[in-house]
Amino acid sequence: MQKTECTRVLETANTYKVLAKEDLAPQIKLMTVHAPDIAEKAQPGQFVIIRVDEKGERIPLTLVDWEKEKGTITLIFQEVGVSTRKLSTVAVEDAILNIVGPLGNPSDIRHYGTVAVACGGVATAAAYPIAKALKQSGNKVISIVGARTANLLILEKEMKAVSDELHISTDDGSKGYKGFVRDVLRTLIEEGQSFDIVYAIGPPIMMKTVCEVTRPHGIKTIVSLNPVMVDGMGMCGACRVSVDGKTQFACVDGPEFDGHLVDFNLLIKRLKIYFPDERKADELYQNTEKNRHE
Amino acid sequence: MSKSKEKLKHSIPMPKQKPEDRIHNFNEVASGYTKEQAIAEAERCIQCPEPQCIKGCPVELDVPAFIKLIKERKFDEAIQKVKEANSLPAICGRVCPQEEQCQKFCTLGKKWDPIAIGRLERFVADLELQKGIQLPPLSKRTGNKVAVIGAGPAGLTAAADLAKLGHEVVIFEALHAAGGVLMYGIPEFRLPKKVVEAEVAYVEKLGAKVRTDALIGRSFTIDELFKRGFDAVFIATGAGLPRFLRLPGENLGGIYSANEFLIRMNLMKAYRFPEFDTPIKVGKRVAVIGSGNTAMDAARSALRLGADEVWIVYRRSRNEMPAREEEIENAEEEGIQFKFLTTPVRFIGNEQDWVKGMECIEMKLGEPDESGRRRPIPIEGSEFIMDVDTVVIAIGRTPNPIIQRTTKGLETTKWGTIIINEETGQTTLEGVYAGGDIATGEATVISAMGAGKRAAKSIHEYLMKKRKSTRK
Repeated sequence: MQKTECTRVLETANTYKVLAKEDLAPQIKLMTVHAPDIAEKAQPGQFVIIRVDEKGERIPLTLVDWEKEKGTITLIFQEVGVSTRKLSTVAVEDAILNIVGPLGNPSDIRHYGTVAVACGGVATAAAYPIAKALKQSGNKVISIVGARTANLLILEKEMKAVSDELHISTDDGSKGYKGFVRDVLRTLIEEGQSFDIVYAIGPPIMMKTVCEVTRPHGIKTIVSLNPVMVDGMGMCGACRVSVDGKTQFACVDGPEFDGHLVDFNLLIKRLKIYFPDERKADELYQNTEKNRHE
Repeated sequence: MSKSKEKLKHSIPMPKQKPEDRIHNFNEVASGYTKEQAIAEAERCIQCPEPQCIKGCPVELDVPAFIKLIKERKFDEAIQKVKEANSLPAICGRVCPQEEQCQKFCTLGKKWDPIAIGRLERFVADLELQKGIQLPPLSKRTGNKVAVIGAGPAGLTAAADLAKLGHEVVIFEALHAAGGVLMYGIPEFRLPKKVVEAEVAYVEKLGAKVRTDALIGRSFTIDELFKRGFDAVFIATGAGLPRFLRLPGENLGGIYSANEFLIRMNLMKAYRFPEFDTPIKVGKRVAVIGSGNTAMDAARSALRLGADEVWIVYRRSRNEMPAREEEIENAEEEGIQFKFLTTPVRFIGNEQDWVKGMECIEMKLGEPDESGRRRPIPIEGSEFIMDVDTVVIAIGRTPNPIIQRTTKGLETTKWGTIIINEETGQTTLEGVYAGGDIATGEATVISAMGAGKRAAKSIHEYLMKKRKSTRK
C-alpha cells in the first residue's frame, strides 16, 4: 500500500511506547507515552481507556498533558490494583497494548471570571489540564490541592504555575492547612472570596463534601466522575450514574456533571461492587510477582 | 413409502454436547457435521429448477449450487461458491436464523424437514479453515480509499467486497479487537472466538487493514477521514447504548445491562477471572429480563458461570419471543426457566446495596400494538417478589450518538438511527454510507451483512462514477 496520510493511521496504532516514567509519590507514577493520534485531539477533561496486555482489563485514565508536536500523552496513576500495578511494570521503550481516546466530553472551558479548582490526591492529575486551560482563557484561578499527607502531594509546582493562588491542605497537617480541601474552600468563601464556578475533582467523598460547601452559596460546581468503565464509549452501561434523578453514562454523557445534581452515594456504592474480587485478584497477582522474583 | 423418500423426510441431526455436560463449560455446543453427514444431508436437496431458498437469503447465496458441490465431494469448490456471496460463512453457518430465511423457503420444508443449509454452510467453511484459506481472484487496484467504521458483520462484509473490487480499505474499530458483536456479544459456546478471528483474518488477507482503538467521532471525525485522503466512508457502528427499564433500584449492585454482562464475559473473558483481569459477579439466582437472542445468551452464560437457577422474565408469552427457536430450545434443554407474562416493577437491595429481590407484576395480552405483537397489560394486584441476586437487562439498545453528534449534515431519525437510502445505503452526506443496526435499528448478523454488501456495491459505483467524471 502506498504511503499516504490515510495509511498513516495504521502506522501510528498499536505502538503505544512508554517514553518516560517517573515516581511522583509513593505508589503514584507518571508515564509519557507515544500516542500521536490521541495527542492531536486531546482536550482538557477527556480520558483514555488502556489495556496493558492480552489478559488485561480496560481501565479509564485521565489525560494529564499532551504534546501534539512530539505525539505524546502524559498519564498519571496510582497503583491500587492488578491493572495499575501491571501498568507500572511496563518499562521505558516497552509498549502498552491498547490505548483508545480521547474519550468523554471535553471540559466547558470559557471565561467565567474567578474559578476555584479543588482537587485531591491522584485526581490532581485530572484537574491540572483543566486549571491550565481555565488560566489560559483568562480566568482568575484559585487552586486548592489536598492530600492525605505531604509526600502524597503531586503536581504542586505545575498547579502553582497555572494558578493565581495555590492553597495546600493535608489531612495530617504535614504541609499547608491541616484538614480537607473543602475546609479551605469554605474559609475562602466565608472570608468574602467570590467564585463564579468551582471545579471539584477527587475521590467521590471529597467531591460530595465540596458540593455541600458550595450548594448553600449557589456556586455552580462541576465534578468529574470516575465510575467503573469497561468499553468507555457508550456500550456497556457499567458507568451509569444518577444525575438529577436520571440515569446517565459517565463515558458518553460525562465525565463532567453538575455536582449539585449528582447522587454521590450511588456512585460510591457502585464503585465498591468489585472490591472483594479486585482485592483477591490483587493479592494473587502480588504473590505471583513475589514468587517470580524470589 | 420407498426408502429414498423416507430418507428425504428428516434432516441429519447435528451432534451436540449433552446439556448436563455443556452447562459446565464454555465450549461450543454444536460440533458440526462430519463429511459423511454433510454429504448425506446434501443428497436430500432436490435441486429445484427455480430455487426458493436463494430468495430468503439477505446476501443471495447460491444455495443449490454449493450444496450440489458438497454432494459431489467438491468441498473446495463448494466453499468458493459460498464465498462469492458471503465472506463470513463459518459465522453465518452458526448464527444466522436460517429457519426464518433460506430454510423457510426450502421446497422440501413444505412437507418435511427443510435442508439444513446453515449446517452445510458451516461444514464447508470449517473445513476450509482447517485446511487453510484460499484467496479468490482480486481485481486490479483502483487507487480509491474507503474507510469502514466498525469491524462487525456489516463492516467486515463491506470491507471484504470493496477489497475484492480493488479498493484500499481501512476498517476502524473502536474496541481492541475486530468482530463487533461477534466478539463482544455472542458467547464462545455459540460462536467460538477463534472462528471469528479466522474470518477476520480472511478479510485482512483480501487486503483490508484493521485499525483498532479508533473511535470515529473522537479519534478522528468523518471530515478528518476525508481530509486524510479517504474517498468514501461506510458507517457500520452497530447497536450502541443499552436500554434500561427506568425502574427504582435499577442501579443496585448485581444489575447488569446485557451488553456489560456479555462484554465482560466474551470480549474480556471474565469467565476465566482471575487468569484474565476483568471480573464478573454472578450469584445463585439470576433473572434475565427480555427474550431475544441476547437474553438467551446472557441466561445460558449465567448458568455456565455457576448460577443455580436462571429465569427468563418476559412480559409477553412464548409465541411472541423474538429469539431463534433453536436458541430457545437450547436454553430449555439446559434448564433455563421461563416466566412469561411477567415484568419487573422495582428492584430491592440488601444492606450492601446489592440486589436481593425483584418485585414483578403479571400481565395479560391485549390488542396488537404498532409492532404487530399483542400489547401486554398489567394485572392489578398480581404483584409478587422474586428472590434474585443477579439481574441482566436485555431489552435492547439505542444507537450510539458519537458520530451523529460530531458530523455536520448527517441526518438521523427521531430514534437516533442514521437516515439512509435503503437501496444504496447512502446517508444525507455525499460519499458517506451507513448500514446495519446503526441505520435500521437492532436486527440480525446476516441482515447487517446484507446491508454491508449493498453499501459496498453503491460505494463502488459511486467511486467509479466519480473517477470517470474527474477524468473528463
